[in-house]
This record gives sequence, structure tokens and C-alpha cells, in this order.
Amino acid sequence: MNFKLLGAAVFALATLISNPVWAQDAQSVDRSATGGAQTLEDIMARQKQLEVDDSFRSENLGNPADAPPISGPLGTQGGSSVADDYRAIRYNKADASTQVRGPAADVMIQDGGMSWLKLREGPVITYGGSAILGMIILLTIFYFVRGKMRIEGGPAGTTIERFKAIERFGHWLLAGSFIALALTGLLTLMGRSFLIPIIGHEAFSPLAIGSKWLHNNIAWAFMLGLVLTFVMWVAHNIPNKLDWQWLKAGGGIVGNAHPSAKKFNAGQKIVFWTVMILGVSVSWSGLSLLFPFEFLMFADTFAIINSILGTDLPTVLAPHEEMQLGNIWHSIVAFVMMVAIIAHIYIGSVGMEGAFEAMGNGQVDVEWARQHHDLWVEEVQAKQGKGESS
Amino acid sequence: MKVMLAGFIAALVIAALAPPVLNQFGWSSAEQYKSESVRLD
Repeated sequence: MNFKLLGAAVFALATLISNPVWAQDAQSVDRSATGGAQTLEDIMARQKQLEVDDSFRSENLGNPADAPPISGPLGTQGGSSVADDYRAIRYNKADASTQVRGPAADVMIQDGGMSWLKLREGPVITYGGSAILGMIILLTIFYFVRGKMRIEGGPAGTTIERFKAIERFGHWLLAGSFIALALTGLLTLMGRSFLIPIIGHEAFSPLAIGSKWLHNNIAWAFMLGLVLTFVMWVAHNIPNKLDWQWLKAGGGIVGNAHPSAKKFNAGQKIVFWTVMILGVSVSWSGLSLLFPFEFLMFADTFAIINSILGTDLPTVLAPHEEMQLGNIWHSIVAFVMMVAIIAHIYIGSVGMEGAFEAMGNGQVDVEWARQHHDLWVEEVQAKQGKGESS
Repeated sequence: MKVMLAGFIAALVIAALAPPVLNQFGWSSAEQYKSESVRLD
């Protein structure tokens, strides 16, 4: 494993999701004047979003040894005061019991929610939205600079079957559900910020409810499409030496070369593995959100990362924190997928003459196939010569 | 194009069938936490 690359990826992710202000520590505070309780400096430091060491409160939960005798005046609550009890609730250290059934019902206060909300409403929307817009702008510029990739010498007029009906069905099941998930996901994430100010709460409400229903339920079609396409195409997407040559030649996208390729070229393999790996990740985090508190995975994942990279990620997380991290991760992975798929849609439609037909009706022009998948054409023709199907 | 439409329609059909099918397996979150499941004794 390339640890430098992995380290760089984790660093980039950490940079993306963390506010630089959070990294600053507040200066140590003398609390003797308040008997150890919080001071004005503590409050002001929090207002400035500085990192405040809360242990003077979170660890100050009373001590049974300090309990006055039961025969003393006004009786005793034990070794803890009411303030101690509220601090225990505040820091999720109270020995709470509840009649409410369901996971995490005994967590009364979990203040990670504010960090999650700020992250979700701030950097996730800003960076995620910018990445999508950036890719669209980049592709528009590319289109006007490079133009549509034409079939050199024009189409041959005869066609060859590129994808069977079942392959196209799997692709469109995956694509259709992904587009629905992307649009409803964006609406769920950004609707409050961008749509409510325009259409109002009354109009947004049914839209949000419908989006949530569609997002939650069409996810199963996405997962089925993911499995179908993986099974059908994984054998054709194993990387080989040919891919490196294809990449070195810019895939014919930059320049006019037509590097050799089998059924899938290196660019398509990158899209395939991006969709598969991120698709599994977005599905798993999506399942954890669909079935709250049933798939808690971040504490375990952080423990593995800590053991490999020597980092100090938290390995004890409240159930709600697991859900919040799951939500953020789901959004980040989804944005990366959306950016990749926008590029995929471009090259499969307006970016290249003759490409859409491959998934449209399954038949591509022979000349197009020779220029972009010459070795695949040879394989198909050799098989047809032997009387086998493609 | 027919296959493309079939893929889209299949995705919607799966979405429509998902809630009742999941309910058969007791996987409905609405079912899991409904008030009847709370015992007050």
C-alpha cells in the first residue's frame, strides 16, 4: 500500500472537513476566582470558536466520598450536587435509564450536533457545490476549446453490437437511480439554504418529503444496478499494461491519437472503479442512515486508521456522532461521484460523436469502434468468425 | 432507447416496492419505534 498517498488523501480530507479556527487552542485560564467553575474567558474563547479544554467541567461530576452523613442537615443527595448531575447529563456521563425503547435513547445531550450542522451547512455545501459547478464550467470550456470528438474519416455506416440489452439495462438502472439520488440528495442538502428563500416553506415541504421518500427507496435500485454492472463488467475492467499506454497518449481526448483498447479503455476503467468503490461506500453509509444506529462503523474505522497511520482519531463515539459522521461521509462521497459522473455523461453524450449509441441502442459504428476499441473489435470479429456470439 | 426507459421504470418500481417488502422483514424504521413497542411496566 502506498502510505504516502493514503496519508495525503487523509490529510486532504481532514483539510476539507475542518475549520482552521478549530485548530487553535485557547490559552490556559486561571479559574481559582470561580472555585473551578467556568470563567468569562472560557465563554469568550468558545464564542471565538477556540478549542477550550472542557475537562474542568466534564470531569467535575461530584465524588461520593464527599457526601455528608445522611443524618446531617437537609439530608444528602450523595456525593454529587444538582450542578454535578447536570454536568454528567451534559457530557453524557450520567447513569441514565429510560422507558424509551430504541438505540441511543439514553443519550440525553450530544453536542456534536452543532459541529455537524455547521459542517453540513458550511464547507460541505460550499466545497461540494463548487466542485460540481467547477466541473460543469471546466467541461464547457473544454467543449469550446477541443470541440466534439469526431469519428476520423466519418462513420463507416455499418454497426457492431457494443452492449447487450442486459448490460444496457444494468447501466440505466444504475444511472437512472443515481441521477434521482443525486438530485434528491442535493435538494435535501441545499434546499433549506437555496430553495426555501425562493419558493417558501409551504412549497418546499412536499418537495422535501417527496425527495426523502424517493432518495430512501430508489437507493435499492442503485445498489442492485451496482451489483449487476459489477458482475457483468469486472472481468473487462482489470487494469493491464495497455491502460498505461492509453493514459500516456491522453486517451485520444487530448490530441488526435487513437490508443489501442479492449472493451473498456483506461478512462472507462477509472470510471468503473470510481463508481464501484465509492458506490459501495455511499451505499454502506446510506444504509447506516436508513437504519439509524444499526451500522456503527466510524469508531472501528478510526481505530484501524490510527493503528496504520499513528493518528489520534477518536475511537469512542456516541451513537449520534456515528450517524453525523455517516451523514457527512455520505455527502462527501456522493459529491465526488457526482463530479466524476458529470464528466462521464459529457464524454458519453455531447463530447464524443457516436458514443451515446453504445448505451442507447447497443449498436456502434464500426469505424468508431475501431478508433476507440480496436482490440475489442478484433476479438469480436474473431469470435464471430468462429461462430461465437460477442 | 427502450432498454434505457426500462431501466428507469425498473428503478421507480423497485422504489415503490421497497417499503412494503422491507416491512415484511420487519425492517421498517417507522414500525420499529412505534409507540406500541414501548412497555411502561
